[in-house]
Amino acid sequence: MNNTTGLFCKSKLTPVCTGCVVMKTRPNRICNTVYRTESGRNGITMNTRGLRSQLKDSVPVAGLCPQGAYGVQDSLRSGFTSVKNELLPSHPLELSEKNFQPNQDKMNFSTLRNIQGLHAPLKLQMEYRAARQIQRLPFLQSSNLALDTLRGNDESIGFEDILNDPTQSEMMGEPHMMVEYKLGLL
Amino acid sequence: GGFSFENCKRNAVLEGEANKVGCSMPAARKTGTTICGVVFKDGVVLGADTRATEGMIVADKNCSKIHYISPNIYCCGAGTAADTEMTTQIISSNLELHALSTGRLPRVATANRMLKQMLFRYQGYIGAALVLGGVDCNGPHLYSIYPHGSTDKLPYVTMGSGSLAAMAVFEDRYKPDMEEDEAKQLVRDAIAAGIFNDLGSGSNIDLSVITKGKVDYIRPHDEANKKGVRTGDYKYKK
Repeated sequence: MNNTTGLFCKSKLTPVCTGCVVMKTRPNRICNTVYRTESGRNGITMNTRGLRSQLKDSVPVAGLCPQGAYGVQDSLRSGFTSVKNELLPSHPLELSEKNFQPNQDKMNFSTLRNIQGLHAPLKLQMEYRAARQIQRLPFLQSSNLALDTLRGNDESIGFEDILNDPTQSEMMGEPHMMVEYKLGLL
Repeated sequence: GGFSFENCKRNAVLEGEANKVGCSMPAARKTGTTICGVVFKDGVVLGADTRATEGMIVADKNCSKIHYISPNIYCCGAGTAADTEMTTQIISSNLELHALSTGRLPRVATANRMLKQMLFRYQGYIGAALVLGGVDCNGPHLYSIYPHGSTDKLPYVTMGSGSLAAMAVFEDRYKPDMEEDEAKQLVRDAIAAGIFNDLGSGSNIDLSVITKGKVDYIRPHDEANKKGVRTGDYKYKK
């Protein structure tokens, strides 16, 4: 990924690598800095052959310790523990679905950059960053209306709107704890 | 939001355990089906049978496989019943929003593009094989869409487990620019071929005739498989 020529991203499998925008302007920089999504690092793993291309880019630390009630591993829900189970995705679509929105954004930014020049994606990213900061209290789900409007998702419905709606989830955070944590009082 | 893959590992483990014991996981309800469509002079005729199967059992003797997408576009669905149902509903909603945004009657090519992009995104895991037909400002159009996202634009298409039987009828008797009654008879015969020669299709024949400005949703058009009437009486005579 740290390309000295800086013109193309090594991983040709992803339609856009963050490098395409940043590398052209600052060739020696690591391209993670512009996009704060983890998929920036996915751009590395997608290019390698074999199972490495399927690796999750982050392994939750808690997954390596026994979970469940009474601190014993929860065999019924998570099966027998094995390193392979922790590292490989449980379904071929898991990674592609997790990265779908970031990949769409990258593709759109790259097209914009090619058509209109560098200023267009930079200005839009600034607006995305601002829209992402419009949130409610820590334990409440935000509708992300501004972000959706910027992306054009306000005019379409997909499975992400129908299934597993966060406002309908059975778990709820402890409101007082979450606000105290956010304010740094905890 | 969206799909959650939390239980995939657990399901894989349970399925392994079940197979060791000798049982198998319950099968999803499919519409092992015959669906077909044909373009005639003024529009499009879509046809479908009405049997839904769950493994080897008929789950629904009279299910509706022709789904509404927009006032001028209808879609027949084969494959996993839930997948076809939800996919067509989502595309119908998206098309309605799009039509409100453009202010025009939606086009069949738009619905086709939306469906193929969604099905490709899920790499064939959404098992929906669709026959999409409708009439828009550019005339009548008919598309067939496969679960992995490839599409064909043709004058006559068939899908489902009975597609070979139906296609045999089409290949024999299709002519371009047919009249409406001729087209309806042809589709009826193609679906009947699927019903009688394929175990996954059965019961009645539904038709949908779409022309410019009018849709005829004929359900049922023909009850090819009526349940028999019991002729004997086994009641104990007093």
